[in-house]
Amino acid sequence: MTAGYTADEMMAVTASRALRDGMTCFVGIGLPSEAANLAQATHAPNLVLIYESGTIGARPGALPLSIGDGILAETADTVVSVPEIFNYWLQPGRIDVGFLGAAQIDRFGNINTTVIGQDYAEPKVRLPGAGGAPEIAASCREVIVVVRQSPRAFVDKVDFVTSVGFGDGPGCRERLGLTGAGPRKIVTDLGVLEPDPVTFELTLTGVCPGVSVKEVKAGTGWELSVSAGLRELPRPAAAELAALRALRAATPASEGAN
Amino acid sequence: MAEIVSLADAVAVAIRDGDTVAMEGFTHLIPHAAGHEVIRQRRRDLTLVRMTPDVIYDQLIGAGCARKLVFSWGGNPGVGSLHRFRDAVQHSWPCPLELEEHSHAGMANRYVAGASGLPFAVLRGYSGTSLAAHTPNIAEISCPFTGETLTAVAALRPDVTVIHAQRADLAGNVQFWGITGVQKEAVLAARQSVVTVEEIVEALDPRPGAVVLPSWAVGYVALAPGGAHPSYALGYSSRDNDFYIAWDAISKDRDTFSRWLDQHVYLGAAR
Repeated sequence: MTAGYTADEMMAVTASRALRDGMTCFVGIGLPSEAANLAQATHAPNLVLIYESGTIGARPGALPLSIGDGILAETADTVVSVPEIFNYWLQPGRIDVGFLGAAQIDRFGNINTTVIGQDYAEPKVRLPGAGGAPEIAASCREVIVVVRQSPRAFVDKVDFVTSVGFGDGPGCRERLGLTGAGPRKIVTDLGVLEPDPVTFELTLTGVCPGVSVKEVKAGTGWELSVSAGLRELPRPAAAELAALRALRAATPASEGAN
Repeated sequence: MAEIVSLADAVAVAIRDGDTVAMEGFTHLIPHAAGHEVIRQRRRDLTLVRMTPDVIYDQLIGAGCARKLVFSWGGNPGVGSLHRFRDAVQHSWPCPLELEEHSHAGMANRYVAGASGLPFAVLRGYSGTSLAAHTPNIAEISCPFTGETLTAVAALRPDVTVIHAQRADLAGNVQFWGITGVQKEAVLAARQSVVTVEEIVEALDPRPGAVVLPSWAVGYVALAPGGAHPSYALGYSSRDNDFYIAWDAISKDRDTFSRWLDQHVYLGAAR
């Protein structure tokens, strides 16, 4: 906290800055929801928040604990059924950005939220599963992932592909018929990873102030490449921190992925 | 025409051991009271279907009612894991639990196919994921018009669908609003249905965005005020977020869970 903010706050602010005003954003619960609501409260007042519960254009004001909290329905432009949100709104590619969390993510941005361990039938850890993520990752025009960095989370190859990033590399999304562009940015508590334009491998493009490249490499389970254009990420502004803390203060005490 | 009966009678008549039962409600309007009645009546070997098995399915699984779970996201929303679900999957306690898992889009479309009287639904989904390898109910299909490869998912046809709604009228017409989830499709996909309601009124007045299920499309209606708790019924109650957070500690340990079940479900009078 010597910097006046925590690594988690830095992560939320960096993720929120990846959203532009007026975008339509399909939001997962947890870290992505926090960052999306922060963006709406600061630089992107016209950000359209869409939750898989069918709420389109929600303005919750406080962070919802679940994707179906009453505040989402009460503040939404419209509430549609679950088949409709996936079939009419997500599937045709109407939504600009999908905002996801992950338990594991690999060098090609593939996400696992299903099981840890090689044996599906006898998993080391049983995770919640797919939820809306596979189709969000497939059909949004682009995807942003927010996840805390550790070698357990950033693995060479995910144990289970719940949601596809770039599959096994260049050309894979096209072969699979996935209409969206895939992950644009992975925001962590240490920095930002982006796909290399040629190899599609996730590459370090930004580090948080006070974080060394060595630390990020130590938090990554593969030999992490560093972009030639590596930059230090801008610190959170006072207004962003105030907005984030106000959001958290108005929220039930808990956290968790999706 | 729907019969208006007590919740205990509805469960006794509609749900048998071995049935495939869908209890739906997307965070909002989750039929907790009905789930507790299923536990009290000690149904066994159920195939439980639900997009988001959360606390109520954790309770049903921990109570030993389920043989199989068909789902797309199993967690305590915003809180973390479901410990009874995990214990059943990882240690077969209190009995083994077979899993069939999908994505939300896949499950929603499976209900749509069931409600539409079709054997399958088509979507863009699952491509490149590991999900399809673990169930025969996801398959590639070629579009007969464009040749494009798409994904087919098998229809869901529960024996019984159970939902909670805000209101019914004396004739058994059911009305619910707010986040309406996949309940309409789940009821129409099923052979039989049980709907618990906050109140039974003489006549339903129109509500913006409300879903109405006509009496003749519903099996049983039972009065269960507060029957969604700790989930909520918009206009009647708020989501009890504190309970969802507290469930983490209650459910973590088998003994604590069993004591909670004794105190709050088995000793609780049937509504």
